[in-house]
Amino acid sequence: MSTVIERVSKVIIDRLGVDESEVKAEASFRDDLGADSLDVVELVMELEDEFDMEISDEDAEKIATVGDAISYIEKKIS
Amino acid sequence: MGLTGKCAVVTGASRGIGRAIALELASQGAKIVVNYSGSAQHAQNVVEEIQAHGGQAIAVQANVADTDSVQQLMKTAMDTFGSIDILVNNAGITRDNLLMRMKDDEWDDVINTNLKGVFLCTKAVTRQMMKQRAGRIINISSIVGVAGNAGQANYVAAKAGVIGLTKTTAQELASRNILVNAVAPGFITTEMTDGLPADLKDAMLKQIPLAKLGQPEDVAKAVAFFASNNANYITGQTLHIDGGMVMV
Ligand SMILES: NC(=O)c1ccc[n+]([C@@H]2O[C@H](COP(=O)([O-])OP(=O)(O)OC[C@H]3O[C@@H](n4cnc5c(N)ncnc54)[C@H](OP(=O)(O)O)[C@@H]3O)[C@@H](O)[C@H]2O)c1
Repeated sequence: MSTVIERVSKVIIDRLGVDESEVKAEASFRDDLGADSLDVVELVMELEDEFDMEISDEDAEKIATVGDAISYIEKKIS
Repeated sequence: MGLTGKCAVVTGASRGIGRAIALELASQGAKIVVNYSGSAQHAQNVVEEIQAHGGQAIAVQANVADTDSVQQLMKTAMDTFGSIDILVNNAGITRDNLLMRMKDDEWDDVINTNLKGVFLCTKAVTRQMMKQRAGRIINISSIVGVAGNAGQANYVAAKAGVIGLTKTTAQELASRNILVNAVAPGFITTEMTDGLPADLKDAMLKQIPLAKLGQPEDVAKAVAFFASNNANYITGQTLHIDGGMVMV
């Protein structure tokens, strides 16, 4: 069973086509990982599918870094 | 056939132009979600006509101006056909009045159905189309949305709004291969125009270079073009289908 961090990282790597080494907690999707605003919307959609949860637009707007995504999901599934 | 295997949601497809669009897309192989608001029987007739020609279709009641209703419509489309490849935002109403006499609810009803309805339906399909990395959205505006028309402030505002919305949506979604275009019909014979007084119709005919009214099928053919692979390099455009009434 993979951890939340592993699963989130995999979604990010697949979606944004970045290298595993770039996916650090403090990395910003837009500033560090080359995502545009639509990429971030899509990333959130894929996280919803991966973890079978709904992320409201309000919450989604607060997810800006890899760490934000991981801690949001960890909080939600615990 | 050009649209074989594709699923098309056509709003307001129980009558008039929407009905013609549903039949045309079906004749090219698409599976059709025939949306309607009140006329269940008319919608069922459209479904049966499609099935009689060997096509697939279902009728789904939904109010395009209502968020939950639209969500349910798209969910039913997905559950039934497994994809949404084409959305035709056709549902529309008129509540004509002079600006000075126009009531708030006449304004609100038309804006909510004709403009907000396009926004809600578009928003509801983009998630699926983004995943598919493909989609076509075709909005039915009106030539009066380009030229203006006394007595239709609400309708003209909504239809001009649809053209702006078409351009913006086209820009936002182009990178995901979702193409968004509009058609602007002129004077088309449907129940919407049947009710107009004869002298007004005569006056309008004088402004049409082709000197005749259009048929719902004339609009449907153009919509089918935008939905097809022949339109792969066209997005954000508004095509006038008006017998030459407005040339800009
Ligand atoms: N006819 C023309 O000359 C002309 C010209 C330019 C543009 N247009 C545009 O073309 C489109 C179709 O017009 P038409 O002449 O075919 O009109 P129509 O014959 O009056 O048909 C309107 C259709 O929209 C549906 N509808 C109305 N409100 C709805 C709602 N809230 N939610 C879902 N469906 C709704 C109706 O469903 P029900 O049957 O269940 O009521 C019907 O299927 C409209 O957008 C109109 O503005 C028409």
